[in-house]
Amino acid sequence: MSEPLLKAEDLHVRFSVARGIKGLFADRERRTIDAVAGVSLEIREGECLAIVGESGSGKTTLARALNGLTPIAGGKAWFAGGPLHENANWPAVRRQTVMIFQDPVGSLSPRMTVRSLILEPFRIHGIAIGEPAQKARELLAAAGLSQEFLDRYPHQLSGGQARRVGVARALALNPALLLADEPTAGLDVSVQGEILTLLNKLRGELGLAMLIITHNLNIIRHVADRIGVMYLGRLVETGPVEEVFASPAHPYTRTLLAANPEPDPNAKLERIALKGEVPSLLARPKGCEFHPRCPWSREDCAARAPDLAPVAGREQCKARCLYPFSTGETPGE
Amino acid sequence: MKAALDIRNLSVDYHTRAGRLRALRNVDLLVPAGEVVGLVGESGCGKSTLISAVLRLLAENAEVPDGEIFLDGTDLLALSDAEMRLRRGREVSVVFQDPMTGLNPVLTIGRQMIDIQHREALSRAAKRKRAVDMLARVRISDPASRMDAYPHELSGGMRQRVAIAMALMMNPKLLIADEPTTALDATLEVQIIELLQELQGEIGCAILFISHHLGVIAELCQRVVVMYAGSAVEEGRVRDIFHTPAHPYTKALLDCDPGRIKDRRQTLPSIPGSLPDLTSPPPGCIFAARCANAEAKCGAMRPPRVDTAPEHWATCHFAETAR
Repeated sequence: MSEPLLKAEDLHVRFSVARGIKGLFADRERRTIDAVAGVSLEIREGECLAIVGESGSGKTTLARALNGLTPIAGGKAWFAGGPLHENANWPAVRRQTVMIFQDPVGSLSPRMTVRSLILEPFRIHGIAIGEPAQKARELLAAAGLSQEFLDRYPHQLSGGQARRVGVARALALNPALLLADEPTAGLDVSVQGEILTLLNKLRGELGLAMLIITHNLNIIRHVADRIGVMYLGRLVETGPVEEVFASPAHPYTRTLLAANPEPDPNAKLERIALKGEVPSLLARPKGCEFHPRCPWSREDCAARAPDLAPVAGREQCKARCLYPFSTGETPGE
Repeated sequence: MKAALDIRNLSVDYHTRAGRLRALRNVDLLVPAGEVVGLVGESGCGKSTLISAVLRLLAENAEVPDGEIFLDGTDLLALSDAEMRLRRGREVSVVFQDPMTGLNPVLTIGRQMIDIQHREALSRAAKRKRAVDMLARVRISDPASRMDAYPHELSGGMRQRVAIAMALMMNPKLLIADEPTTALDATLEVQIIELLQELQGEIGCAILFISHHLGVIAELCQRVVVMYAGSAVEEGRVRDIFHTPAHPYTKALLDCDPGRIKDRRQTLPSIPGSLPDLTSPPPGCIFAARCANAEAKCGAMRPPRVDTAPEHWATCHFAETAR
């Protein structure tokens, strides 16, 4: 198989939390947190990977690190063969990997018209375009908006329209990879479908690879090929979407899927209650980091830290658990 | 049936530069005492205006040309400002979407929870005890020491539980929950829903639960009201709404929900078109322009409220046949 388009190995992103005088006296571990703590992933051309996890699990930070918006503190990453962890040529990388940000309206400059927003990428990268008006119309059409929107300002757009403008901007430079941070967050149910359809269409037509960051489990199976579940800055389970949804191997994935409310009043829910709160990154639990909240934790879970290891009998799935669920297993107490 | 909140024929207009914007038009909404009623509607349907109207906190440029709002039998619109002030927080309280905006960032949560009891004739120690008890009821671990925490020191789920504790401290008759789980993740969302169910059972207050997350509505609510562009278009028991929706908008909304589509699709359904301009609302049905089944009379005549089953109505000319 050819080299993946994007590859990360043991990627770390670190933030310092105690600054100033207080920082000088704090232990090294208390001064910094690893928001992303050793993530390895691969995205091939035209493939879509979805990263899910709770707020604070490091999903957004991961995407930002892959686009150079947050420095990479450790580990390695490559885009199209070029390194991202040292001497990265970010302007060149960003022509190829584009990001759409979480807040559809807030990520557009309020003082620019849709026309200038769409043409801004060309200006930033110093690319000459023959017919700017024509180009703007084409990009807007590709994102599914008519040209009457060209002279509007972001406040005159609805959330769904603003999201489409964000997509049009992202498409401007013919990228190979789209990093989409919560592409449907804050959008109405009836508009979520439109945006997902648009993303699928672009993938089909342009062969765009995607990394989708979301906590909305409902949208994943319609857009993604593979899924990665994050907890406290680490991937705890990866695999093809259908397989992971059908039979999650990691207890956290299982509780996450079970927590998703069904839009049917008759639905029988088999909820699994998680104990306690999400631990602080400053005080990571020993052993398996999920064990204090895990309903199925055993004695040695507190002592031994599991690796992200292949799940028996399923070559494409990996889980970070000492006792992963096997296929079709209904967990007892 | 005793009603905690009974809104009758409520209309709210905003005076804007573009003209009179008819944000709510003849809205009826009933929250029976002790029940949880879901209000479903997308951006621009008038949810926020409705909440502001109930709390009598409408913007300066708003006008209420018509309607009544009965809270436990009292018409709120007829009260003086001072009388209304006595009811806010005690008879009706609100939990907002973002708990950070409801909490003061520079005061400890203990101070804030004691402050909101300022009308109670209790000693400071008794108020403190009451606050600690309330925190324990929303399952904050070690509540006494959490009283000294600032909002930023708590996680998102804990902040929302503190906001719920504050809203319920005065045992209100009605709790308005404005998208309280939207900012939270699936596992935390479940915690909040279970907490609301439990507390509602204990305190017996009615809840008006506003959300566009249909899964949460289906799970938590006994009744549902669907709003579109400033009109209430359908109301009924939760099973009737989800299983036999009578209004085409409700149907379209349910069909769109990615959570209901279990097979993998390249093209997902959506509702074509956009919201009508409310400065000059169409003369006929408000949804006619986007409705797949619209006929000539839909554009010309406003549909009446049609009862399709006991406690289930919809404002559609074809509500009976459409089912």
